[in-house]
Amino acid sequence: MSSRARISGRSYWFVVFHQLKHEPVALFSALLLLLIFLAAIFAPWLAPSDPYATSMIHRLQPIGSPDHLLGTDELGRDMLSRLMFGGRLSLLMGVAPVFMAFVIGTSIGLFAGYVGGKINMIIMRMLDVFYAFPSVLLAVAISGALGPGMMNSLFALTLVFIPQLVRVAESVTTQVRKLDYIEAARMSGARSFSIIRVHVLGNVLGPVFVYATGLLSVSMILGSGLSFLGLGVKPPEPEWGLMLNTLRSAIFKEPLIAALPGAMIFVTSIAFNLLADGVRSAMDIKR
Amino acid sequence: MFFYVLRRLLYAIPIALGVTLISFLLVYLAPGDPLNAIAPSDAPAETIAALKVAYGLDKPLPMQYGLWLLRAVQGDLGVSIASGRPVAAEVLTAVRNTLVLAGIAGAIGIFFGCLLGALAGYWHGSWIDRIATFLSVIGVSVPHYWLGMVLTIIFSTWLAWFPAMGAGPGGSAEWLWDYAHMRHLVLPAITLCVIPLGIITRTVRALVADMLDQEFVIALRARGLSNATIFKHVAKNTAPTVLAVSGLQLGYLMGGSILVETVFAWPGTGFLLNTAIFQRDIPVLQGTILILCMFFVALNLIVDIIQPLIDPRMARA
Repeated sequence: MSSRARISGRSYWFVVFHQLKHEPVALFSALLLLLIFLAAIFAPWLAPSDPYATSMIHRLQPIGSPDHLLGTDELGRDMLSRLMFGGRLSLLMGVAPVFMAFVIGTSIGLFAGYVGGKINMIIMRMLDVFYAFPSVLLAVAISGALGPGMMNSLFALTLVFIPQLVRVAESVTTQVRKLDYIEAARMSGARSFSIIRVHVLGNVLGPVFVYATGLLSVSMILGSGLSFLGLGVKPPEPEWGLMLNTLRSAIFKEPLIAALPGAMIFVTSIAFNLLADGVRSAMDIKR
Repeated sequence: MFFYVLRRLLYAIPIALGVTLISFLLVYLAPGDPLNAIAPSDAPAETIAALKVAYGLDKPLPMQYGLWLLRAVQGDLGVSIASGRPVAAEVLTAVRNTLVLAGIAGAIGIFFGCLLGALAGYWHGSWIDRIATFLSVIGVSVPHYWLGMVLTIIFSTWLAWFPAMGAGPGGSAEWLWDYAHMRHLVLPAITLCVIPLGIITRTVRALVADMLDQEFVIALRARGLSNATIFKHVAKNTAPTVLAVSGLQLGYLMGGSILVETVFAWPGTGFLLNTAIFQRDIPVLQGTILILCMFFVALNLIVDIIQPLIDPRMARA
């Protein structure tokens, strides 16, 4: 029985993937994301020059300069290289907190929903307090109190997303738990852990996954935003949000260059959102 | 209805207490001794000892929280390390400016979000729908701090239509409803309104499209009611959800304006928070977070209370 369940579980994700292939917008977004990720991952080999090498005489070269395809920044560093390297930390800011919150939030939500009763109520009421904080404010408050630093902002973002994912996981678990087949599994002697793993997790993973993909762009915008405020990555490290901040001084001289890092955040975040929309409709889950 | 309001009020109290607890603990989240957050690092030993007693830091943690809460309820949020002024006074000036910005941005975003969403929902699948969907994806995807920069580049640097910085002429922090001040509001408000615009367009579009397919609308149409009357019915049915989403968005705007305020040097809470963080002015950070979150809790409560006034079924649930 358990092996049958697993096979059908896999084929469900296969169907979703198959469905996704018929969504041209989502497919295009996925391709774009793949390109951005590859450019960031292979930046050390692809980047035309050193992203840290400053040059006072080549400050703020315009876009299309012979040596610098996308110009240079306020310290004469090659923009194209910095944008490629910058993607590493910015994308990490988008993916890592969501992934961590996905793992932790799903576990807490499964536990709370499956145990039910008073314990569930206590956990959910405690998390309600976090809902009383607007997410940007909570992220800024935590990383502001902890002090600047990338690890601190990763931690703050993870903490911001956990309550939301717990809520999704908990509500699905609570619905599923009451169904007859769970009762049947329990009567046939299955332990709680294997019931959760085999019968509950499969139902919960879908909705939580959809919700989490929708958080990717939020996470990246917020993470880069923290760096923009000076709370995240520290200079001279290349990161899109921080680059946007330091280039604010160049806004009058080379506005196009000053706007470039933000455009990268924008494009990536649109692609994340369109892909999330595609995943949602492929899995046929209403918002 | 009375019991519903009472229940909502009772429910809000533990949430509000939780918010105060988290705000209180922020000081302990800061690295090092919490006293370092209150006293300057070069303070003499006896000053530190005196401060320790004055702030009750020699007492156990739960008692400290109680004392802090007691003072906070009376409007005493401590003293700013950087300026030496009472935190409550600083925060209230800033909150006023943030409320002006968030209120106007929210009003624009909610109005156009409802309009666009309703049009897109009504002409489901048409070009209006496609434009609205496109705009809402952009609205939720755009990093608003970047949008603020782009608008500054276009409308301040190139066209010189609107000022790029501050809330009034000569960098005045005092907000007035006159032409000179309003000009400063335009760019930050447009930047900020994009956030609720996207989400509200999305929500209203889905709601309206869903509602128009329902049997009661078909029944109304079959009886020969005009479009305007049907619109009234649909509006009344979608209102509670739209209200809930709008309330949430308004709250997010109060928090989310931090980044936009930084871009435009708008003298609001975001600006205050940002300066507080870099001066390690933890009392100001704590006070600002506390006040903003209390606004958010109150806003949610108001939405909860208004909702059953529109749809009485909600009070019975």
